[in-house]
Amino acid sequence: MTNEEIISALTEAVPGIEAEASTEWPTVTLPSDQWPSLARTLREREDMWFDYLFCLTCVDWKTHLTMVYHLTSTRHRHHLVVKSKLDRDAAAIGTVSDIWRTAEFHEREVAELFGVDFPGHPDLRKLILPDDWVGYPLRKDYEDPVNMIKL
Amino acid sequence: MTNTEKQPAKFPGTVHETPGGGILSGALDDVINWARSNSLWPLTFGTSCCAIEMMSTAAAKYDFARFGFEVARATPRQADVIIIAGTIVNKMAPVLKRLYDQMADPKYVIAMGACATSGGPFFYNTYSVVKGADHVIPVDVYVAGCPPRPEALLHALITLQEKIKAGGKRERIDIDGNAVGR
Repeated sequence: MTNEEIISALTEAVPGIEAEASTEWPTVTLPSDQWPSLARTLREREDMWFDYLFCLTCVDWKTHLTMVYHLTSTRHRHHLVVKSKLDRDAAAIGTVSDIWRTAEFHEREVAELFGVDFPGHPDLRKLILPDDWVGYPLRKDYEDPVNMIKL
Repeated sequence: MTNTEKQPAKFPGTVHETPGGGILSGALDDVINWARSNSLWPLTFGTSCCAIEMMSTAAAKYDFARFGFEVARATPRQADVIIIAGTIVNKMAPVLKRLYDQMADPKYVIAMGACATSGGPFFYNTYSVVKGADHVIPVDVYVAGCPPRPEALLHALITLQEKIKAGGKRERIDIDGNAVGR
């Protein structure tokens, strides 16, 4: 599918989805409660077949968090970026680790560094940080008077 | 040509020719330091991009084996010098300390690049980076750069050799890096 076809197909299928203009890859933003069901569609629909989640990350915009998922299809060679805004105080979005296995590690990393909860994740232990770590160090308001020198 | 003339200029002693061989004389400390400085085996220890430059320095084009850094060892038990090639994070610091402790004396440390020297680009607003490897282990030579070019690392390695030849005292190296005094 071309970028335009992907965008128009998604806009028809999902209410509340917004397409982002003039990006290199087709980019859509949608409410976080829609994400797991859309992810299943993206993975399984024959003409979409996004079988490869090649990046899963989070951005702290100070007012809110944004989850960013980069998808590609090894069959159709098309790409898609899905974004979803999250509330900083109650950041949660459904897991996609049952759809793309690679998300299991990535979601653990986002959970420990940004404090996002992934309901449905099988094993949300800390990945990189020590188990007794307190706080979410990649949030912009993170303070650590011992290890951090503020500029 | 006599044997004396064949010796490298900086060998800290003299060879007295005798029938059937020769007698070598010099101050024992000087000869030991000379030997140590010319056979420094580095530990393969790289934590980020400086390691790529270190590998380049070890490979054919720059080839630090020419200066006595003959072969990088994968165990601290067989290494004489650790080149801290990269960022040291809080989780890595105890590992670095243990590697240093496991090296046999005499042992030397080179802090390669901005991260190992001071934390470098990670000095401000970072929760995880040690602001200089010298918070963990003592450092003999610091190299500036991000990452330093192979020439800079070679200069550091040769500076370390001069320091060892001078008895490990920085004040015994003159401005050109030559050992002086004693």
